[in-house]
Amino acid sequence: MFSSLTDFMIVDIFVSHFGQLMEGLKFTFQLTIVSMICGTTLGVLLALGRTFGKKPVSWLCTAYIELIRGTPMLAQLFILYFALPPYGIKLSAVTVAYLGFTLNVAAYQAEYTRGSIEAVGEDQFKAAASLGMGHWQTVFYVVLPQAVRWSIPAWTNEFIYLLKFTSLAYMIGAPDLLTQGKLIASRNYQFFRVYLIVGIIYLVIVLAATWIIGKIEKKIEIPGFGHQKRP
Amino acid sequence: MPDKPLLEIKNLKKSFGDNLVLDGISFSLNGGETKVIIGPSGTGKSTILKSINRLVEPDDGEIWLEDTEIISCRHINAIRQQIGYVFQDFGLFHHLTVLKNVMIGLTRVKKIPKEEAMKKARYQLDRVGLSGTEHQYPAQLSGGQKQRVAIARALAMEPKLMLFDEPTSALDPELIGEVLTVMKELADSKMTMLVVTHEMGFARSVSDEIIFIEKGSIVEQGPPEKMFRHPVHDRTKEFLFKLEDLYGEGSG
Repeated sequence: MFSSLTDFMIVDIFVSHFGQLMEGLKFTFQLTIVSMICGTTLGVLLALGRTFGKKPVSWLCTAYIELIRGTPMLAQLFILYFALPPYGIKLSAVTVAYLGFTLNVAAYQAEYTRGSIEAVGEDQFKAAASLGMGHWQTVFYVVLPQAVRWSIPAWTNEFIYLLKFTSLAYMIGAPDLLTQGKLIASRNYQFFRVYLIVGIIYLVIVLAATWIIGKIEKKIEIPGFGHQKRP
Repeated sequence: MPDKPLLEIKNLKKSFGDNLVLDGISFSLNGGETKVIIGPSGTGKSTILKSINRLVEPDDGEIWLEDTEIISCRHINAIRQQIGYVFQDFGLFHHLTVLKNVMIGLTRVKKIPKEEAMKKARYQLDRVGLSGTEHQYPAQLSGGQKQRVAIARALAMEPKLMLFDEPTSALDPELIGEVLTVMKELADSKMTMLVVTHEMGFARSVSDEIIFIEKGSIVEQGPPEKMFRHPVHDRTKEFLFKLEDLYGEGSG
């Protein structure tokens, strides 16, 4: 068993399928980044709706968030992919992957953001009011910028998590890294070696992303936020 | 003396639940005057200030800022722009630099162009002795500096009236002086000021009148000399005596 790990077949497989693996990796990146950006944007809106919206709006946002967070992601993908076509909505695996992950990320990001919004102190609202700021001005110029600062660690954590979690797209056959691995293995029957390669690639990109994000977080950190204690 | 006071409060009442906090407060403030409100904790001093810019909604009474009645006013944000408010806990925006803290009211509320807002902000920062801190964040400042930024931020709006809500109560003793000095200079420049404080030295040397409040009512009011030397009510005498004992006279 150990010898099979040290043999050179792994290298051979990696080299000969490099193009296909990178195709998969490219899709994994695209899926992660697009659903992260769209999902976070939607998530911030949901958090604002839940916290500051009028009752029906707040209720709708809450219902959405709880529905998504309360059901398995896989079930959500299957519903979008298998349960919609009978109603005339036919979406490709790629579209379902983008849509499904965006909708899922939004619900989680909404909750992180809401937590941060609620952590913004009463004094900030009073100070804004004393300058004559309106409600939404206060939200956009005072509360949200601070909430976003507090949310950054949770957001970046979600990004790292999502890099691996997007492998769930494999279940509907979207062409991500894991799907490409499966395709390669089903032809050469080297399941163990191929999945090992795929695992190593995930590990490398996750470690690299963690390192890069750490640098970025440090760069955009301002005194009073981030790793220091709250003011 | 102007014919009409800048601020006039008539029969102001406020309860929180069963707790009657303000039981018919009336007084007025002429342009350029500084009045200090003193009294034991929990007697509604801050509630008066908060009522003036409607951070608290009063139950009854009238508050006139020149020709505008504030309690019934539908455009409260327009009123708030004319009233500077300095909080006990500073209320600086944590995510903005000192300069942007002072600018934000000008650019976002008054819609003044950025260049002009920056000029005004720098002028006010210079006035409170904080030139050079423009690009620091609130977390990097001392309490006294934070409060001076807060004062600069309020002044930048060019208010008709400045309200100070225990501006030195959250400060370490050695930082109180720098804030009181700024406030004294403001009073000397004929800013109209209403100050809630326990700093008797400030009250005595700066204010035109001291208003002593207890249990939601004005017990006594008058010029500092009269209040300190010949208070009419025993309660006033007792309170001032206690405060001087606690805080001393010299801190202003």
